[in-house]
Parts: sequence; C-alpha cells; structure tokens
Amino acid sequence: MIPAAFDYVRADSVDAALSALTEYGDEAKLLAGGHSLIPLMKLRLAAPSVLVDVGRLDDLRYINDAGDYIAIGALTRHRDLETSSLLASAAPLLAHAAGHVGDPQVRHRGTIGGSLAHADPASDLPAVALAMGATIVATGSNGTREIAVSEFYTGFLESALAPDELLTEIRIPKLDTQGWSFQKFNRRAQDWAIVGVATVRANGSTGVGLVNMGSTPLLASAVMDAVKSGANAADAAALANEGTEAQSDINASSEYREHLARVLVRRSLEESGLS
Amino acid sequence: MKITVTVNGVERSSDVEPRTLLVHFLRDELDLTGTNIGCDTSSCGACTIHVEGQSVKSCTMLAAQADGLELTTIEGLANGDILHPMQRCFQENHGLQCGYCTPGMVMAAVSLLDENPNPSETDVRIGLEGNLCRCTGYHNIVKSVLACAAESNGASK
Repeated sequence: MIPAAFDYVRADSVDAALSALTEYGDEAKLLAGGHSLIPLMKLRLAAPSVLVDVGRLDDLRYINDAGDYIAIGALTRHRDLETSSLLASAAPLLAHAAGHVGDPQVRHRGTIGGSLAHADPASDLPAVALAMGATIVATGSNGTREIAVSEFYTGFLESALAPDELLTEIRIPKLDTQGWSFQKFNRRAQDWAIVGVATVRANGSTGVGLVNMGSTPLLASAVMDAVKSGANAADAAALANEGTEAQSDINASSEYREHLARVLVRRSLEESGLS
Repeated sequence: MKITVTVNGVERSSDVEPRTLLVHFLRDELDLTGTNIGCDTSSCGACTIHVEGQSVKSCTMLAAQADGLELTTIEGLANGDILHPMQRCFQENHGLQCGYCTPGMVMAAVSLLDENPNPSETDVRIGLEGNLCRCTGYHNIVKSVLACAAESNGASK
C-alpha cells in the first residue's frame, strides 16, 4: 500500500513549521513520528497534499521538572516516556501507559504530541492526559496558548488546534498520587484497546479517562463525581457508561464495550486503592 | 527529492518520491531484499530494521524521514561469513521454520537486548510483541533470544 502523492517539507524549526502551515493551510498535515498518520495515508483514508515533517525538531524532545508541573516536549517519543525516571516518580501512570502503546518498534518512533494531536479515541495517551488533567500548549504565529485537555477533543480525529498551530508541549500537573491504574483490554498485545481505562487518585480527587468509548477520548465524569461523593468502587463503576457513545465494530459490539467499561473502571478504581 | 542514508555502514544517495516507504526504498532501490514486507499495516514486524540503532517498522516510515540517518538491515548484521551472535543463536536453536518473519525477528531481538541485556523469558515474549510468526514458532524464537543473552552475559563476565 502506497500513500497518495504529496509534497514533503522538512521543518528545521518551530517557526519554519508555522510558516509552512500558514503557506499551505488546510492542504498541509504535520508529520511527527508518523505512526498514526502514515498508516492512514497508506489506506488512503488521509491524503494531505503537503506533509510538513516536524520529526527532527529535537528542541521539542524533553521531559523537564517545571516546578508545579512536568513539561514534556511534543516530539518526545513513547520510549522516552516509558523509560523516564522523572515520570516514573512524578507521573507513573503516564510512564506505564506509554509502555503499552503499540509495540517496541512503534514506541521508538511515535511521539506524545503526535498521539495527542491525532485525537484518536482508541489511543491510550489521550485518556491518560484527561485523567491527569494535563494542559496542551499550542504555538501559532501569534504566540502560544494553553488548552485544558478536557477542552481539547472536539470530534472524531478532531482537536481544538487551529490549522496553523503546532502542539509544542504537554504539561502534566505534579500530583500527590495516592494510587493509579491503567487497564487496557485487547486481543493481541500490540492492538489498540477495545476499551481502556486510566485512573489516577491524587490531591483528594479521582480522574478517570476512557479509551475507545465514543468518538473522542472521554472523561468518565459520572464515575468521578460518584467517587467524590463517597461512592465505593463498585457503585461508581456502575456509572461508567454515562455520557459515552461506544461504537460497534469488528472487535466488539457497543453493548460489550459498555460491559467492559464497567468492569475495567471497577478494576481500575480498586487498583488505585479505592475499596 | 534527493535523500542520503547510511545503510549498513555505506552511504547511499537516491532520488525518491516523497511517498516512497522506507521498506520499498531498501528493497527496490538499494536491492536489500533481506527485509521482508509482511502485513504492510505496522502489525507483523517482518520489515523491522534499525534506525539510529533502534528497531523500527520500515513499512511505516517514509524514505524521506530517514534522510541523513544511519540504518541497519539484516544484511548488515553479519561480519563477512561470521554470523551475528543473534543469527547464530537462531540457527542453533531452530528459531525459524519458514523463515519469513526471521529477518524482522532477529532485528527486533537485537534491539531488545540492547535495551535489556538480561531479559527474563516474559521480557522476551513481551519485547517481541511487535513481531508475528505465522508458523507460530515462538517457543524456539524465545529460546534463541535467551540463548544469545546468556552467551553475551557469559562473555562479559
């Protein structure tokens, strides 16, 4: 399978990437690690006429302690997240989940910025970012702006990024983590989750993100509210499907996904230390 | 567009279409046909090579993205007639049946041991999750990788 023809522009700086986006507008698509976009282009489900390759922007490959939060450059690869000692102590849920994205070959190339910006509801990291209350930093020709990840996902493969903006950084709040859990249910190790759940309990509240339970990555808000009101894991997990729109596909019916969500949310809450 | 890559220690330049996949570039332009195309959907790992020393599925990368980088394919592992230890361990432990997945398995296994020189059997099985063997010959593949790890650890002691 070969992608439809396109023009290729390699950006050697954030500014160069932004100029290319301004020049080509809607015709252009950003390429980071390429492990979400290239498969879609090979299937001709995506056929951008210009690819702006930001994969060499090594300035955007970092994991730093920024005081109140951990700053992660958009071009940081899954393998870097998986093996980061800073994340292992400050955001273990993210490090662990990154180690479950695809397989080692995918993790060597795929990036956190690419994964979040691709906005695939079946991806692991958006649910983790939601559970942790992350902030997205978007850079455009007029400067940078911060977007709460809870406001970031607007539709299937659609985000709040403007066509001329580049996702440059992800900010993960430093949480006083009491417990966390990542549940990924799939048939083969390397597959996308049929359903996944990311939970973190910290600073007196509980964040629960859902993978593949609708057209966007979702927060399990009803579950979070119930836990806040004192519900136990079983009672809270019974609300896992509220606000979801699980799809039926070759792997699972929507009813089966709803069942899985209830089971996995309960496991996730219990593993996070909620009785 | 013109790209230059270093493949198995040799610099190679070529004009490619931007949409050329790295695996096609290696096989069709450079005649390095040891890297196989299996599923063509980033699943099976038959096309695994090393990019800057790390395992990558070459069906899911553009040749253009490899411009200026160091690549190693299965042809680059052996030293003349002397097989790479991983290749020899696959041979000695019958780590292949039909052989189609083998180049990718060997490349993934070498990358795995670079990152974890002393893996458990579970580590090897999980570490090779990106490579499928249609003959289901996993038992001896895992045995081969563990043998290679044990051998290198023995040699370094």
